[in-house]
Amino acid sequence: MFLAQHVAGPLAAENQNPNPLLPDAAEMVVGIFAFLVVLFFLGKILIPRIQKALEERTDAIEGGIKRAEEAQAEAQRTLEQYQTQLAEARQEAARIREEAREQGAQIIAELRDQAQAEAQRLVDQAHTQIDADRQLAFTQLRTEIGELAIELAGRIVGESLEDEARRRGTVDRFLDELEDRARAGA
Amino acid sequence: MSAPHLLAKDFEAPGLGLFEWKPLFHIGSFAVAKPIVLCLIVMIVVVAFFWAAFAKPKLVPRGAQNLGEVLYMFVRDEIARPFLGKDAEKWMRLLVPLFFFVWLGNIMSVIPFAQFPVNSRIAFPAVLAALVYITFWVVGVKHQGFFGLLKNATMPPDLPKPLYVLVIPIEFASTFLLRPFTHAVRLFANMFAGHLLVALFATVGFHFLFEKLTPLGAPVGVLGVILTIAMTAFELFVQAVQAYVFALLAAFYISAGLYADH
Repeated sequence: MFLAQHVAGPLAAENQNPNPLLPDAAEMVVGIFAFLVVLFFLGKILIPRIQKALEERTDAIEGGIKRAEEAQAEAQRTLEQYQTQLAEARQEAARIREEAREQGAQIIAELRDQAQAEAQRLVDQAHTQIDADRQLAFTQLRTEIGELAIELAGRIVGESLEDEARRRGTVDRFLDELEDRARAGA
Repeated sequence: MSAPHLLAKDFEAPGLGLFEWKPLFHIGSFAVAKPIVLCLIVMIVVVAFFWAAFAKPKLVPRGAQNLGEVLYMFVRDEIARPFLGKDAEKWMRLLVPLFFFVWLGNIMSVIPFAQFPVNSRIAFPAVLAALVYITFWVVGVKHQGFFGLLKNATMPPDLPKPLYVLVIPIEFASTFLLRPFTHAVRLFANMFAGHLLVALFATVGFHFLFEKLTPLGAPVGVLGVILTIAMTAFELFVQAVQAYVFALLAAFYISAGLYADH
């Protein structure tokens, strides 16, 4: 009974008109004790832990974002590299095509020149051959014409010409005259 | 206990006896009554919950840590940061225990068998308010100096000189004398009145439906039951709001100690 009155502080339970605004001593002691226990466990141990965890999470998320940005930049660089290489390859291909066209044209021109030269050569050869044949025909014809003319003249005139040298001279002169006439006529 | 008046011949509203508890047992020179037991239960529950939530925090939270983080971030974003800014993280170590110790103490009001708000006993809000008041002084003297604190708290800048005659006594009284009392009494009175109201309606229901069931009295008893339920829901809201306000004011008082221009 004594203890109960003592610890109940200013307000004993049997007080008929208790003042609720007067704090009870025992409750104050327990209140501060209980709060300090909570303060110790939460403030000293648990809240620093969760703060550390939240900080690490922030770091992890920021790190993840940074890594993603780096990967994107890397991909962008690679893409640009590929595009540059592709453009170079296209230029190279265009250059090679151009060269091939020029070479083709050159080859065609050369072949054409060669063909023309060959044709010219054949034509020249033909001309030479023709000239030679003509010369030969002319020479043979001349001899035969001479003999025929002489034979004909002998038959017509009825006389044989004894002097071979003289006869030949006459024929030759005649033929030269013919030749001169032909040349003058041309 | 407060039961005897319920047996009275006519209806008798519950009074201040509702808040007076006979000792359950004694430990040494301590008489342990119900509010003390509830206070210790609150202590154990708060520590146990946060131990389960934050003892081994994971980068990807699971279970209790999820709930713990939501509650932690509520206190951080709604109470600590608005007043303490970059110093918020450090003061979370005081504000989180304060908020949850008060809130759970209030919630005891609606827990079956407990059914008593711890903070309707002025002793509990008083020691917490005193702790905040002492913290305010320690932080204030450390950051602004004794006279700096007095001057910054009582002399708002840019006022006409004659007004200081009025302002200084008012500011001094409100900041240094009344604050701890209003801080404690605001919480105490809300819990006290809420509990009294719920008890009144519950008593009405009990009296007119069980003790003195009459055709005329029955509707009053039903109304009492309905209002008891409605008031209990409202009390749940008030309990959270008062815990929030208590921690918010603590953050505000500490910020008044930390920073000169407020």
